[in-house]
Amino acid sequence: MLNYVIKRLIYMIPTLFGMSMIAFMIIQLPPGDYLSSLLATMADSGQNIDPAQVEALRRSYGFDDPIWLQYWKWISGILFRGDFGYSFEWNRPVADLIWERMGSTLALSIASLLFVWAVSLPIGIYSAMRRHSVGDYAFTFLGFIGLAIPNFILALTLMYVSYKFFGQSVGGLFSPEYVEAPWSVAKFVDLLGHIWIAVIVIGTSGTAALIRILRANLTDELNKPYVITAKAKGLPEYRAVIKYPVRIALNPFVSAIGWVLPELISGVTITAIVLNLPTAGPLLLRALISQDMYLAGSFILLMGVLTLVGMLVSDILLALLDPRIRFN
Amino acid sequence: MKADAMQRQAVNTERAADAAAGEVVLTVENLSLDFRLRTEILHAVRNVSFQLRRGQTLCLVGESGSGKSVTARALLRILDKNGAITSGRILLAGKTGAIDIAPLTERSPELLKIRGGRIGLIFQEPMSSLSPVHTIGSQITEALRLHRRMDKKQARAETIELLRQVEIPNPDTAIDRYTFEFSGGMRQRAMIAMALAADPEILIADEPTTALDVTTQAEILDLIKRLQVSRGMAMLLITHDMGVVAEVADTVAVMHYGRIVETGSTDAIFYDPKHAYTRSLLRSTVKLEQNQRSYAAAAPVATAPAPVLSLRNLSKTYGASTGWLGGNSNPIRAVDAVSFDLYPGENLGIVGESGSGKTTLGRLILRTVEPSSGTITYFGQDKPVEVTGLSKHELKSFHRDVRLVFQDPFASLNPRMTVKQVIGDPLVVSGKAKGAALEQRVAELLELVGLDPMAMERYPHAFSGGQRQRIGIARALALDPRILIADEATAALDVSIRAQILDLLLDIQKRLELSFIFISHDISVVRYFCDRVAVMHRGKLVEMGTAEQICTDPKEPYTRSLISAVPNPDPRNKRMLHRTRFSV
Repeated sequence: MLNYVIKRLIYMIPTLFGMSMIAFMIIQLPPGDYLSSLLATMADSGQNIDPAQVEALRRSYGFDDPIWLQYWKWISGILFRGDFGYSFEWNRPVADLIWERMGSTLALSIASLLFVWAVSLPIGIYSAMRRHSVGDYAFTFLGFIGLAIPNFILALTLMYVSYKFFGQSVGGLFSPEYVEAPWSVAKFVDLLGHIWIAVIVIGTSGTAALIRILRANLTDELNKPYVITAKAKGLPEYRAVIKYPVRIALNPFVSAIGWVLPELISGVTITAIVLNLPTAGPLLLRALISQDMYLAGSFILLMGVLTLVGMLVSDILLALLDPRIRFN
Repeated sequence: MKADAMQRQAVNTERAADAAAGEVVLTVENLSLDFRLRTEILHAVRNVSFQLRRGQTLCLVGESGSGKSVTARALLRILDKNGAITSGRILLAGKTGAIDIAPLTERSPELLKIRGGRIGLIFQEPMSSLSPVHTIGSQITEALRLHRRMDKKQARAETIELLRQVEIPNPDTAIDRYTFEFSGGMRQRAMIAMALAADPEILIADEPTTALDVTTQAEILDLIKRLQVSRGMAMLLITHDMGVVAEVADTVAVMHYGRIVETGSTDAIFYDPKHAYTRSLLRSTVKLEQNQRSYAAAAPVATAPAPVLSLRNLSKTYGASTGWLGGNSNPIRAVDAVSFDLYPGENLGIVGESGSGKTTLGRLILRTVEPSSGTITYFGQDKPVEVTGLSKHELKSFHRDVRLVFQDPFASLNPRMTVKQVIGDPLVVSGKAKGAALEQRVAELLELVGLDPMAMERYPHAFSGGQRQRIGIARALALDPRILIADEATAALDVSIRAQILDLLLDIQKRLELSFIFISHDISVVRYFCDRVAVMHRGKLVEMGTAEQICTDPKEPYTRSLISAVPNPDPRNKRMLHRTRFSV
């Protein structure tokens, strides 16, 4: 097992290298650079800039260097100094910006993941065991509604409800008075008061999908002979089902964990913008629009890394869950 | 622990005493089962009555679809969602009077105590009947903890003891192994250990050995019998194999279309069958015990004509590559230096256990698997052809002369093609016929295999297993082949259909001057059908001789053990109990 993990980690190195090159190339692809988009914005608002000054900036940022040199400066900074470059738009190091947002992003993603699992696992099991019952149809109906409603509409509705009936401040993860405050019990309670909207909005669509996947997988497994064996042993129905077929039907859940990590960054951008959540999504979008290349590139690279790590984590979990995979 | 064992010993002796009395432990009265289908109600079981007695075995015999498995499962109230017990009683005798299982609900605690606790169940497929992701131990200890209220440590110790009783080697390490690390026989042993964990009074075994080789089957049946005697259990054994019935049954109930048509002692059923169905079942079984080809047996060998196919030192090795990634120093010799000749008009049987390389051998001859070494010479129309040297294009004409009949009549016909398309396909592909000529040829072929030519526009799902196998044979015959390779061609069929198909093949052979290579694990079928038999063991050809000689007077120790493990459908002459064992 350890050998396997080490081997996988070694395989990740060339993949990461390729990914960093592609990430860098992608952010170079659009015509122009940060300065030209800055000039355009300033010209729109009637400001004038001295061309000499622009030229000086261009040189100091290294935009005139050949592309491989720019890549080398960027990647060597990351590798040797943990320096992801400098965000032109925010005038701050990229690393600071990213880490600042990662905490809240992580909290939000894990909370939504737990929500999705807590809701969809029992419903999925129930639906599979009582297929075509009233309960199954009711949950299926609700699930599909959840899947069909666009996130932003649900977000707007819930914001309205929370403002109108609970008198909460709208948007964000904290009320204004707590945003800059140090952590305290009151701040945590305030966070819980805000995060539920985001969790429900982000979670509903995923919940519906997982209920359907689990229902389909479990329906197949329920007819397998080993379930009859478990019943013939005298296990009560629910214990038999949870110990045997559910365990096997969980495989797709675990494989899906791999996608959760990259979702941290790129997922739920629309919801985050509507709800004004301080997560990574809106920041990445902004960086791409303004051609803030080191910020955008670092995000893309980070997503790649998280995808690989996520896949590794889900493969390890899968091996732990299923001995057939472990032994091959 | 010790006290517990002593107590159980006492219980066992007590039971053994009861067994002598043959006390009734389970009575089924007028049991009927219905299944709601999409358009109709299927009366799967109707007015079935029987009794199980301590220490005795009742065999429920019947062909597929006769309702024997659902009857067995109904005793534990394990029914599919669309099934229901419509009438009848299932009375389980107990100290405080009998319990009727039939009206119990799925969740009633009484039922859960009976399942596994008082009635144990063993299934046909030990692989799919055990969870692949749990260790053997975890699945057995569960039953112990449920019914015998043991703590974890006790349950583990008891599980190891159970595994020892079912003769699994190294039980203290085997307990932590997974099912896929075991062979089929070992899995079935683990399954038996699980069914016996709670020391049930009744054991239901649903085709427990059908998926196993004859030698493994003999061992498992032995084991079940011994455990039954030592524990004084009543047993309900479900099987389609009259040989197994003759070897182990005390009483036999014959099932046909959901009804028990005849019940009686084993001896009475075999020697004095009353019902017409029982007689026909026995006839087809006993018929397979005799060689149909004895009249021709000596002919091809004695006159020694030129062979039609000749194999010399044919071998297939897997995992022998010595690439830089580190080759396997222990290559598997799936087929190891096999040589034989096949004569025109001859039926050559190849028998062996699973893993003996017989199927690989068939594929090597067709070159769907490439041989590692050796030669295959085909003596076709004009000059001998070296098959191993043929190019892909040349192989096509070889495949026209040598064709394959498949095992599974359900999987080997495309459900979206009509029978005409299925049978005509080889003709169309080879460009031999089309249009009206094709239709005429297909009609001829259908008549040849005993089907109505009018059926050619229908789809395979409209046909039964035996009819589908006929379609498969017609397809194989479409190009006037000279050799047919039949790989377990009758293994998926019921015994009466099996005899019909074999007779059909013999009849066709007489008319068309074919040679057969008949690959089977079923000795009786080979004995019925073949002139000569080759016995394979671990890739090697162990012995070759006439069918009669191999079956009655085998020379090699392995062949002797194989033949003696075949159940004999004659309760007065049980063969398995006196079988010779082959140790490697």
